[in-house]
Parts: sequence; C-alpha cells; structure tokens
Amino acid sequence: MERTKNIGLFAIVAGLIILTGMIQSWNSALLIVNMGLISAIMALGVNLQWGFAGLFNVGVMGFVALGGLATVLVSSDPVSEAWAAGGLGLIAALVVGILVIVATGITIKKLPAGKMRLIGATAVLVGGFFLYRAVFDPAVAAIEAINPALQGNIGGLGLPILLAWPIGGVLAAGAAWIIGKTALGLRSDYLAIATLGIAEIIIAVMKNEDWLARGVKNVIGLDRPVAREVDLQQSAEFVDKATQWGFDPVTASSLYVKFSYSLLFTAVLVVLLVMAQLSLNSPWGRMMRAIRDNEVAAEAMGKNVTRRHLQIFILGSAICGIAGAMMTTLDGQLTPGTYQPLRYTFLIWVMVIVGGSGNNFGAVLGGFLIWFLWVQVEPLGQWIMTIVTSGMAEDSALRLHLLDSVAHMRLFTMGLILLLVLRFSPRGLIPEK
Amino acid sequence: MEFLNGFVALSNFVLVPAIAYGSQLALGALGVTLIYGILRFSNFAHGDTMAFGAMVTVLVTWAMQSIGISFGPLPTALLALPFGIAGAVLMVLMTDKMVYKFYREKKSKPVILVIVSMGVMFMMNGIVRVIIGPNEQQFRDGERFLIKAREFKNMTGLDEGLAIKSTQAITVVTAAIAVALLFWFLNKTRTGKSMRAYSDNEDLALLSGINPERVVAVTWIIVAALATIAGVLYGLDKSFKPFTYFQLLLPIFASAIVGGLGNPLGAIAGGFVVAFSEVMITYAWKKVLGYWLPDTLEPSGLVQLLSTDYKFAVSFMILIVVLLFRPTGLFKGKAY
Repeated sequence: MERTKNIGLFAIVAGLIILTGMIQSWNSALLIVNMGLISAIMALGVNLQWGFAGLFNVGVMGFVALGGLATVLVSSDPVSEAWAAGGLGLIAALVVGILVIVATGITIKKLPAGKMRLIGATAVLVGGFFLYRAVFDPAVAAIEAINPALQGNIGGLGLPILLAWPIGGVLAAGAAWIIGKTALGLRSDYLAIATLGIAEIIIAVMKNEDWLARGVKNVIGLDRPVAREVDLQQSAEFVDKATQWGFDPVTASSLYVKFSYSLLFTAVLVVLLVMAQLSLNSPWGRMMRAIRDNEVAAEAMGKNVTRRHLQIFILGSAICGIAGAMMTTLDGQLTPGTYQPLRYTFLIWVMVIVGGSGNNFGAVLGGFLIWFLWVQVEPLGQWIMTIVTSGMAEDSALRLHLLDSVAHMRLFTMGLILLLVLRFSPRGLIPEK
Repeated sequence: MEFLNGFVALSNFVLVPAIAYGSQLALGALGVTLIYGILRFSNFAHGDTMAFGAMVTVLVTWAMQSIGISFGPLPTALLALPFGIAGAVLMVLMTDKMVYKFYREKKSKPVILVIVSMGVMFMMNGIVRVIIGPNEQQFRDGERFLIKAREFKNMTGLDEGLAIKSTQAITVVTAAIAVALLFWFLNKTRTGKSMRAYSDNEDLALLSGINPERVVAVTWIIVAALATIAGVLYGLDKSFKPFTYFQLLLPIFASAIVGGLGNPLGAIAGGFVVAFSEVMITYAWKKVLGYWLPDTLEPSGLVQLLSTDYKFAVSFMILIVVLLFRPTGLFKGKAY
C-alpha cells in the first residue's frame, strides 16, 4: 500500500516533467531533470544532517559554493606567471597564518587564566594578523596584476573536471569539520545562526579574493565532462543520426548534451542514495536516530554524541559540496554573485521538509518536486495573472504592476507550500518509516 | 590640535556611523530577543518583518508626499511611521493566529517553530517583493544634514570636518525614545510585568492567572513596532531595499546572542558591540593614526584590518568568540 503510494508520487512528478516536455519543450524538461537531480543530492545531504541526526544546518549555500570553487581549482589551467610572481608569498602567508593560530593556542594554554591570558592571546593574534597581512598583501597584488582581464588568479590544477566533484566534497567536508568543531556542542538555534554566518563568509571570500577564483569577475568556460554542442553539430555522423531520428541537428545536439549530463548525475545520485539507504538501515543509522530522538539516553548508553554529530555533519556537508561542484560543472561557469541564501539554503530545506525528513526517498522526491515548482510557478503565475487582469485596461498601472510582480510569486509559493506541509502533513510526503 | 583633529576624524567616520548603526541593530535585536524570551524560538522572519513594516511606511510616505503633507525639516517618513507600525502589527497578529498559534497549542519543539518561521520568512519576502518590487526605493526627504562638514570646519577652525546626517540624529533619538518606552512598559505596567513573569517561568505565570494568549499578542505588537521602527530608521539612514533586511538577520542575531538571548538590556549592548566592531575593523585608520602618532611612526598603509566586504565576518567572529567563552552572552540570557 505504502509502496504503491510512493511509486505513485514519483510517477506524478515524472508525469509533470514529461508534460513540460510535451507542452513547453524537451529542452526545458531536461533542464528541470538535471537541476532536479542536483537538488535531490543536496536534499539528501541536508536530510542526512536533519532527518538522521536532527542537526539544523542553514549554511547549505556555503558548502554548495565551496563545491563550485573546487571545479575552478581543479579543472582550470594553472597560471604559471601568477605562481612565479606570488606563489611563494602566498604559501608563506598560509604558513604564517597557521603559525599565528598555533601560537595563539599555545599562549592560551600556557598563560594562567585571567587578564594575562586575554591580553597575551589578543596581542599574539593582532600582531600575527599584521604579520600575515604584510606577507599576504604583496603576493596577492602580484598575482592579481598578471593579465587581469582574463586571469589575475592562480588558476587551477588542470585536471579533468569530474575529479572536482569528489574534491568539492572534500573541501566542503573540511569546512564542515572546522564549523562542527566549534559550533556542534551548542544548542540547535546557535548552530543555525553559526552556519548561516559561515555561509555568508564563504560567499564573501569567494566574491572578494580575486586571486583565488577571480571573485565577482567570474570564471567562465569551464571544462566539460561531456561533448560540446558545436563539435556535435560538425560531426557528420551525429548530423546523420539526428536527421534519421527526425530532429534538426541543433536541437539534437543540445538535447544530447543535456541527456549526457542527466546520465552522469543520475549515476551519482544512485550511488549516494544506495549508500544513504544502506547506512540508514545499518547499526550506525539506528544509533544516529537513537541519538536524535534522545540524546541523554544515547549518551548514557555510552555513545559519543558530539563525535557522531560531527561525523554526520561532515558527511552531509560533503554531499552538498559534491552537488555544488556538479551544478557549477553543468553551468560551465562560477559566478559567486549569484549565490543567494533563499535559493541555495532555504529552498533545499523546503525540499527536505516537503519530501519527508528522515526518509532518503522523500528527500529525492522533494528535490524533484520543489525544483519543478520553483521553475514552473513563474510561467503558471504569468498565465493566471493574465487571466485575472484580462478585464483591466491594457495600460492600467495596476495591471502592469501585477504582471511585473509575478516573478516574485515563487518565494511566496514556496513559503506557502512549506507552511501547508508543516501544518497538515508534518512528516512530509514520504514519511520516515 | 593634532589630537582634536584625529578625534574629529574618528567621530566622523567611526563613532557617529557606529552609534546610528548600533541603534538600528539594537532595535532589531530587541525584537528577536523578546520573541525568544516569550515565544521561545529564534524568529528567522524578523528581517522580513522589518522589511514589511518599512515597506508600508514607504508607501504611506509616498502617498503623503503626493498630496503635499510634509514634516518640515524632518523626514515625512516619521509621520508615516505609525501607519507602518499598524500595518506590521496587523500582519504579525494575523501570522500568529494563522500559523504560530497551532504549534504553540501543540507545544511543538522550538526547532519546529524555527522551521515554521522559515516558511513565514519566504512568504513575507515574497509579499514585499510583489508589492514594492526588489529594487532600491527612495523615500527620504527633509533636511539632509544636521551639521555639514564645511560648517563644522568653519565653526571650530579644525582641519577635519564632522558631518552628522539628520537621519543619524533621528535614528539615535527615536531609538532612545523607543527603548525608554519599552523599558517603562516592561518594568512599570501590569502587562509588562506579566510578560517578564511569563518569560521567567511559564508555569508559575500561568498558575498566577496570567493569560498566555494576551501576553503573546502584546509581545507580537511590541515586536512589530520595534521591527518597523528599526526598518524605517535603517531605510532612512541607508536605503530601502528588501534584500538588505534579510541580510541584516545575521548581525541582528549576533547582537541578540552576544547580549544574551532573551535579555532586553543585553540586546541593546549587543547591538552596539556588533556595530562598533564592524565599523572599527573595516575602517582605514591611516588618517586618525596620522594625527595621533608621532610623524616617525606614521603608517604607510591604510591600516584597514579587513575590507568592508567582510563586515558580516566581523559579527560572526564576535558571535563565535562569545559562544565559545561565554555561551550565555555578556548579560545573562535565558539560553543555557
């Protein structure tokens, strides 16, 4: 019974997407599928943290952005002039930075508690900061001076972009480790604020540190794991096949490329989903849920709650990082200015809650469904508004304003959906077993 | 003279802006802290409540300007403020009745209420964008400056000028009045006392016959008023743009937590701590130090610790330091 219902729900979403293909175009349907796959992976990551362990992470955007950063750092070609000009200084600055942090830690440990410790630690920290800036600033200036119109950054490793996906996960996991170490012992609201803040900081760093990935100047033309449309259109074999199937070559090439991405993304989703399912039903998963439901009891049973929380926080964030790298690969460009918390953090939360927190299939369903709505609310609203306003004069100010504002209806709709689900079906569409 | 010049430069670029910004943050943080104390959850929709109240005020201001009502040298927005507050009060009371009440009666966990407030945040954000659009809006009028830099130079004969925007002065005065009223209300009136009692110990308050629904309604009204005032003052001082209010959420929460969540006095202190650190850490100290240090020590660089783009990082660092070393906040808050 329950299985039929769940399959039915997935079938409905699939039907909606197929309907998009038939009414609008197969191109937009595949776009929805691709971003739906990525959203489903992000939702899996958040579900791991919230659904399994009850951790309230509202810094998803930051981990997603780190994954995006990884694509640039892995796949773009190294800028050797920049490395020659400032590479040494950059590494030196990094070493100085680490030394300062270590020195501060030692000062705190060695000095007796009280005023002396506070003054000593502050002095080391402030002095160290100026030292770090003295090494760091000239190196950055040297790097950013190299061919600023095209580069002005250190470039990447020149490796295949598919490698960036796991590395994006590792980068996000590293950030999650630092945050988790500091904030996981705190109450859930505090963790929320802390993650919200760290996400903003990650975006700020990516926007302003031009030497890293060109900041708001963006990196465009990233490598691709699949064929390029232009190459396909020039290959006689492909054009022949396309005409045989009754497509014109341009449409066919764009569909082919999108479909190749879909296959790649589906592979990643399936692997992650299988792993998440296996872990959910393993002793480890049961322990996690036991901790979530009653921390005190779990601790009394000898479980190290903070340690387990840290573990799952890192895993979930890594999954978000992988998804972020995949998204940037799909876009073919890294644009730090486009990361918005409403879209990359809170929308993912809507997906998890609507889909059903604690259930991996629920998260996947939520990812697809909410992404579909996010895309389609706008044309749908446009259509409704046109009908509503059809009685008004052609140039009435209210009519124009209403038509104009449709673009913002999606935020309203997402909030409404979230509130309705929380009220009438708080466990989501596919509840936890 | 050198010292005075340095001090004036410091006031002009650091003290005055930080005091104005701190007042705005303090008002915002008071709202967050009151919700936390009485309703016991972190309200993520607070930034958008500010935006909503400010939006109503902006609309009424435009209406007033178009029929020729003005407030002399003061901005018309101050006349429109009561309407904005009324609009925001209606909005939050409606939200409470339709959304939060259900979970309160069910005694849901605080974290569920936080997620619910995320939904409210989405909806309010959408409403504001639908009504007024996502762009920056201009609604300031009246005198631009209380003291102009040039006048100050002529008056005092110093090299450095001190400019005080009238919006900065209005911010501080309005915030002071609002805070004084709030504390009078909380400490002297019966309703205010019942609010504090409810915040301290819910069960005991219920036993002594306090009507919880009334306490909650009054709290929402006060919060809506504070949020609107904070939103309008921020909009007057900088500019009204719906998205910036969402971004203010972080420094506002930082202020409330730094001061001790649930403690009104702490929220004010927290607001100023965050504002001063943000401004001081992102200010280029070259000018001031140039006056204060002997010539031989004069700095060659800008002496700016962090670029202004990192101001969010500052509130965050303060937050982390306080959470690590004094989790209850500077003043003792409710959250242990």
